[in-house]
Amino acid sequence: MAQPFRLPRGGRVDRTRPISFTFNGRTIEGFQGDSVASALLANGVHLVGRSFKYHRPRGILSHGSDEPSALLSVDRGRGRIDPNNRASVVEARAGLKTQSQNHWPSLEFDVGAVNDLLSPVFVAGFYYKTFMWPRKFWDKVYEPIIRGAAGLGKAPVEADPDRYANRHAHCDVLVVGAGPTGLAAALAAAKTGARVILADEGPEPGGSLLHDVTSEIDGRPAAAWLAATLADLDARENVILLPRTTVFGYYNHNHVALTERVTDHLPGATGTAPRERLWQVRAEQVVLAGGSHERPLVFADNDRPGILLAESVRVFINRYGVAPGRRIVFATNGASAYTCAHDAKAAGLDVTLVDFRTESECGPELGRLRAAGVEVLTGHTVVGSKGRKRVTGLLVAPVGSDGRCGGRRLLPCDCVGMSGGWTPAVHLFSQSRGKLAYDAARDAFLPSVSAQAERSAGAANGAYDLAACLAEGYAAGAAAAASEDRRSFTATPTATGFKPVRIMPTDADPTKQRAFVDFQNDVTAKDIKLAVREGFQSIEHVKRYTTTGMATDQGKTSNMNALGIVAGQLDKSLPGVGTTTFRPPYTPVTFGALVGPARHALFDPIRTTPIHEWAERQGAKFENVALWRRAWYFPRGSEDLHAAVARECKAVREGVGIFDASTLGKIEVVGPDAAEFMNRLYVNPWLKLEPGRCRYGLMLKEDGYILDDGVVARVSQDCFHVTTTTGGAARVLGHMEDYLQTEWPELEVFLTSTTEQWSVIALQGPKARAVIAPLVDGIDLSPEAFPHMAMRTGTICGVPTRLFRVSFTGELGFEINVPSDQAAAVWEAIFAEGQPHGITPYGTETMHVLRAEKGYIIVGQETDGTVTPDDVGLAGMIAKAKKDFVGKRSLARPDVVATGRKQLVGLVTADPKLVLDEGAQIVSDTNQPIPMRMLGHVTSSYWSPNCGRSIAMALVADGRLLMGNTLHVTTPEGFTTVTVVDPVFFDPKGERINA
Amino acid sequence: MRRFSLSSLLSESLNGHKGWGRQWRDPQPKPAYDVVIVGGGGHGLATAYYLATVHGITNVAVLEKGWIGGGNTGRNTTIIRSNYLYDESAALYEHALKLWEGLSQELNYNVMFSQRGVLMLAHNLHDVQSFKRHVYANRLNGIDNEWLSKEECKEFCPPIDISGSLRYPVLGGALQRRAGTARHDAVAWGYARGADARGVDIIQNCEVKGIRRDASGAAIGVETTRGFIGANRIGVVAAGHTSTVMAMADVRMPLESYPLQALVSEPVKPVFPCVVMSNAVHAYISQSDKGELVIGAGTDQYTSYSQQGGLHITTHTLDAICEVFPQFTRMRMLRSWGGIVDVTPDRSPIIGKTPVKNLFVNCGWGTGGFKATPGSGHVFAHTLATGAPHAINAPFTLDRFRTGRLIDEAAAAAVAH
Amino acid sequence: MLLIDCPYCGKRPETEFRCGGQAHIARPTDPSALSDADWSEHLFVRANPRGVHAERWNHIHGCGRWFNALRDTVSDRFIETYPVGSEPTTGSHPSQGTEPTRSTQTETRA
Repeated sequence: MAQPFRLPRGGRVDRTRPISFTFNGRTIEGFQGDSVASALLANGVHLVGRSFKYHRPRGILSHGSDEPSALLSVDRGRGRIDPNNRASVVEARAGLKTQSQNHWPSLEFDVGAVNDLLSPVFVAGFYYKTFMWPRKFWDKVYEPIIRGAAGLGKAPVEADPDRYANRHAHCDVLVVGAGPTGLAAALAAAKTGARVILADEGPEPGGSLLHDVTSEIDGRPAAAWLAATLADLDARENVILLPRTTVFGYYNHNHVALTERVTDHLPGATGTAPRERLWQVRAEQVVLAGGSHERPLVFADNDRPGILLAESVRVFINRYGVAPGRRIVFATNGASAYTCAHDAKAAGLDVTLVDFRTESECGPELGRLRAAGVEVLTGHTVVGSKGRKRVTGLLVAPVGSDGRCGGRRLLPCDCVGMSGGWTPAVHLFSQSRGKLAYDAARDAFLPSVSAQAERSAGAANGAYDLAACLAEGYAAGAAAAASEDRRSFTATPTATGFKPVRIMPTDADPTKQRAFVDFQNDVTAKDIKLAVREGFQSIEHVKRYTTTGMATDQGKTSNMNALGIVAGQLDKSLPGVGTTTFRPPYTPVTFGALVGPARHALFDPIRTTPIHEWAERQGAKFENVALWRRAWYFPRGSEDLHAAVARECKAVREGVGIFDASTLGKIEVVGPDAAEFMNRLYVNPWLKLEPGRCRYGLMLKEDGYILDDGVVARVSQDCFHVTTTTGGAARVLGHMEDYLQTEWPELEVFLTSTTEQWSVIALQGPKARAVIAPLVDGIDLSPEAFPHMAMRTGTICGVPTRLFRVSFTGELGFEINVPSDQAAAVWEAIFAEGQPHGITPYGTETMHVLRAEKGYIIVGQETDGTVTPDDVGLAGMIAKAKKDFVGKRSLARPDVVATGRKQLVGLVTADPKLVLDEGAQIVSDTNQPIPMRMLGHVTSSYWSPNCGRSIAMALVADGRLLMGNTLHVTTPEGFTTVTVVDPVFFDPKGERINA
Repeated sequence: MRRFSLSSLLSESLNGHKGWGRQWRDPQPKPAYDVVIVGGGGHGLATAYYLATVHGITNVAVLEKGWIGGGNTGRNTTIIRSNYLYDESAALYEHALKLWEGLSQELNYNVMFSQRGVLMLAHNLHDVQSFKRHVYANRLNGIDNEWLSKEECKEFCPPIDISGSLRYPVLGGALQRRAGTARHDAVAWGYARGADARGVDIIQNCEVKGIRRDASGAAIGVETTRGFIGANRIGVVAAGHTSTVMAMADVRMPLESYPLQALVSEPVKPVFPCVVMSNAVHAYISQSDKGELVIGAGTDQYTSYSQQGGLHITTHTLDAICEVFPQFTRMRMLRSWGGIVDVTPDRSPIIGKTPVKNLFVNCGWGTGGFKATPGSGHVFAHTLATGAPHAINAPFTLDRFRTGRLIDEAAAAAVAH
Repeated sequence: MLLIDCPYCGKRPETEFRCGGQAHIARPTDPSALSDADWSEHLFVRANPRGVHAERWNHIHGCGRWFNALRDTVSDRFIETYPVGSEPTTGSHPSQGTEPTRSTQTETRA
């Protein structure tokens, strides 16, 4: 029979819509509205996994996100397989393939279960005490075995075809949890007109009301109240209701992170909808109404499949219409399990209840349950369970006030519902850095002092009675919306209260008992006792030594039990042992949701110039430079990098080349004090620079090291056109703004980034003037009227231009600044005009080679943040007369003026064909022992087509004193010999530039 | 000290493990010690251990305001490597790496030092140049490091996407095979147990509230929440809290304390064989013995003692992880946390004397302190024992900020530590 | 992610801002007059307080203006923000404001 454990009636599943999926290849039938766990239970499947360490058979413990044991691999189609899904939260749908994990060869027969026999050895921290000999065995033998045994499911191996979305939102009140408390809070806040977001991790809002079939609220059944409340909220435009949305992180200043599962529950193609959506909400106020978690009881073999949390048994019966067993024993130390027993009995199941409390410690729930015909054993402990892959019986015994056990009794059963009390879900409160305080009456840490604009309400605040939760929620919601509105609710009283017990008393030798505290990580009570015995007394130490609370459930069911056991061992109060600080996320969150669309082209913006499309059409190869994509070289035919660059380099020096320099940073420095400002920021003098003239500017950080460089033109008395390196533009502008605004606010200067406004076409080579002459109007291009390092304004192709006569190649050259929206047209016109002259487009690689032939540095290549102007031979740039500029004082520090600093030199290899590796190290003596004394390193190295040999630049200790000396440079094969030379390799007299 | 071994483990397993005693004592502080170490993290505990074992100084207390190893020692991503560029750093971290290689045996505590290799990926031509500079410099310093093509990177670490579809494609990488990871908590516990066995007092829940100085200005002890404790020499090893502790002796430090975040995924079967660092995209990742992917993020931009950073730092790191390892988008973040890292202007540590007589400091490890733990403790113990720096920590003075003799690895290579 | 109250634009997320480190460290009017030790102090030594901290922020992806803030470095709570060149109105002016001059943020990436 299909679904043999489906109850004949009841539950919120849609019995008209059957669905089926597979578990380990077996078809599982269920209904729309089932979780994978409820469908498995409906089919009588309890054994769903093997534990982490001992490979013990494990079942379903809970119905919610605190599930530690029932972890499945879920396959939603190609590339959509992922591990460690909690069966209790995965919504069942057609077509899912689910698999149990951590076993071989099969779930039923798992060789790894041998570990269970070795459990006396595999105690907490055993691995710190062994696996140390022989030493080499750790990497080669022990660790691979440990790793293979560890881990739970298998990581995905294919790229994920799903997409993920990201949304930012603001609201007045964010309500976390849509149980009775959260609903009341949302209602109260919404009534004020406040913008409300109500998020709940479940597929359906309602929380405990979804499985409360007996309570009434304001005279209506709870389910009816829920439906009416949801309808009310739904009708309000100021409310966003987010089901399937986990509030997982509470960050600074009420920045709260939510993850919404959008499509995993939908069968078939979901179009363009994302799989998950990350919400980053900035909330004015937050109401935390996330409920509470039930604690397991700690007794021997409390981990068998079929042993569930009591409330979860109730949930499966009432919400899903599934009997987790036909013969259920509830074991408890408190009142709430009585309600579960009632509901189980009402569903027609055979029920017994065992209560640790004595008769007199029980409340009215005891008489009511007995009146319903249920056998209740009070004053009893649980000493063990029977069964292997499914519980078959519970061993109980009366326990006296001295803790001694009486005669054992076996209660045959196929399901146990256990309840060890309740732990408020204070995770988000703790994440918000609020202070917790221990409340002895409720045996729980409760929110105490808030650190942010939030308030906790309901079970998350230690209130368990339904009417109290509703009133507290309503008050919290109203207060969050700055309203005085308060109201009370009438509701059926909730059976609450429990008597804390850390480990159930037993008549057996406790050192032989395995009573599990952390089900997933296989941490037992005796592991925790061992840790305490070994001196681990802070709860953080115990956690780390035993791994309790470190599993994928992050200790939701285990933390309080662990804490209680430690406190008991040390004979301290619970707060004396400390509570752990909760960290995000509340439940595991996919990387995909956190990443959203930020991949590939959206990982970082791609900046391109107006010339980019032209370069693409020409077949250019590109390189990434900062955010820019720049043309690297322009291969013709089958040319590789070297062939193309060799051709481009020759073409520039012999004819004319065209280069897109638009990525250079540009800053307009304007104002009456512009020259004074420049004077303070750069090492160079600026006051006397005439309008229409350019200067190579060098800028230091305050620590004296080179920050950036670039040509600066004085456009007019009060206006400078500053250029920066491609990667340095934002940094330089930030540097300038910082000094202008915070150090020298008295200067009347305005800074404007013009990087995007001006595109720069560099035309370099002896024929450059001839190419542009026909296109330029209003500028006398003759060498006399327009010398090197001059700037003129006019038009080119009818477009306004700032025309610079500058050169980064050592050739006659122009940098043509034109408005970016007309740059492509001007470029094409120049390129057409240059055809008769053999104009050749070149890329960044050729630019690098040509400047290296001339010994020009590139900031970031010859310099690395530890290099001074003198180090690279640019001390001459420094205006001696200036009393101060940024970085000047640091240049006088003892180590900066000391000898032995690395200085820029040229290197030529003995073998002219050998091109050194950039980054290669330089030594004077190859016979010295390791570690060797290194003199410096190669900063730039190329094949120079114009010199017909390789060339290199290097920073070498006292390099300028070593001219002509022989040194040795590392290569992949060993050392090679080089001679130290001046770093200007081509046209050392610099005549060509003035042509 | 009860020796750990397979046989002791087996014999205890027959005995319900009742025979294991405390791994370290819980002593009351004595009125005075030869050396008081402020800070019970890995560096402080290692310092105490080497004071006892190398220098025979056992009248030592380690004062910890919380629980040992609870600061950055227990919060880092456990990467260990020595492929630093400058001679000074290379010597320091290689000294540490050599000690790591025998540490489990030395301490009789399995710190799970795993030489899985650290691969640093190059994503642009500047990276390539910088990494080759490292490779060459390391080799001449006797440190293993080798350049791998992108195909070799893929072979060494199959999850890497070497296709051109990345925003910043992988161009190759530098691999130090001797580098790897270790179990961070075990390092603190192992040193604590070893030091304790030799007589060192490890005093937890003991916060230093003041540093007492005599008329000459010399430090003579510390005021603590458990009373005054005298000391001939005081070593401050307080990581992110160093500024606060040193201020008690009126010493102002070139330090700023930043939040640094890290996270782990849910545990999975072995899928990631080594450590990968990718500085261009700001991410580092390895897989722990337990199966979790361990992922380090960057620092926040503001100073803070909150041990909490912004979500945008975490998401940015995961952007990079999923960019380079696209198969991991369906993995889940299980736990995230923050530490407080003390950063110097040149990102290198300060290990040595201070202007106050008898007061020594070991700080400024920034984001990279864990890997140095044994070496740091070893040279700092030498400094405390002899009053003068070991040759290896001699360059790492406080005075270098005056002279300008900085050791700026980050500037030189744009490499995160 | 912090929420920062720009004195010119109002509350904006931290990602619009760049932190500039400790505030109220004026650049010396004549650095050459400082000893190496004093210059090093100016450049590198920072209060790094555990508690109220006066720091500089730049609304770089907004109005572009620099301003100062008092923030508690333990809770990360902002006490106030105020324009460059002015003093905080809150009584808890950090003691380091009276210290001799120290510098702008050091920049180490080339």
